[in-house]
Amino acid sequence: MKATHRLDTIFAALADPTRRAILARLASGQASVTELAEPFAMSQPAISKHLKVLERAGLVSRGRDAQRRPRRLEPKRLGEVTKWLERYRRLWEGNYQRLDALLDELKTKPHTPGDDR
Amino acid sequence: MKRAGALQLTTPGERDLVMTRSFDASRMLVFDAHTKPELVRRWLLGPPGWSMPVCEIDLRVGGKYRYVWQHDRDGTKMGMGGVYREIKAPERIVNTEKFDEAWYPGEAVGTLVLVEQGGTTTLTHTMRYESRAARDAVIKSNMESGVAASYDRLAELLAEPVHQ
Repeated sequence: MKATHRLDTIFAALADPTRRAILARLASGQASVTELAEPFAMSQPAISKHLKVLERAGLVSRGRDAQRRPRRLEPKRLGEVTKWLERYRRLWEGNYQRLDALLDELKTKPHTPGDDR
Repeated sequence: MKRAGALQLTTPGERDLVMTRSFDASRMLVFDAHTKPELVRRWLLGPPGWSMPVCEIDLRVGGKYRYVWQHDRDGTKMGMGGVYREIKAPERIVNTEKFDEAWYPGEAVGTLVLVEQGGTTTLTHTMRYESRAARDAVIKSNMESGVAASYDRLAELLAEPVHQ
């Protein structure tokens, strides 16, 4: 399935901490490869390799400026992943808010493990 | 009183989904809330409108657990269960997970880790799917959701340590 394959590529791209850091950097504005390589203790070819993975996943694209070839974030693609993650997160946040209330109740009513079975 | 921290969800590996959340309670209480049926069925309910008529827990290595949820209005049921692989009260539980109506291939393995510091307990729950394909299936089945997420949430959702 095409959509699944694409998500698969996106998740694989996000599995690497350097690539996540690159995305975080691009979230605050486009940047050239040189600018991107700066904060990392990495060579430009190494960064380019990471960028290629991000580009293949459709998470990053190249700007028009032929000299700098700035990379920029593709928020729509990222949205495909965050949409799902957000739903999953909300479901569990709902569970955990109920757990918060339950824990508060257990704290006021001293609870000895095992005495209530 | 300071409310417990927000839930963080990350995808650090190809097959993993990791949830982290803190609670204003001792880890013994958080552990009990995950292992005593009369407590589990009060919070592990998913979306509004579901209750948990079946919650059986045989808390020992090799012991089984079984959960069944039921929709209050139309009676739809959803069941799952698995086997405990590791239990170290009150800090660690490893168990398998399989839904009756499999919506992802194979079994997943869940690892719950509880760390207590200064009266706050941090919960880390890692779900590891059998394959990348299994996680794809989980993702795909949830994709119909119309919940829009802005990419401002990127930082939160990808809140893994960023090395610079």
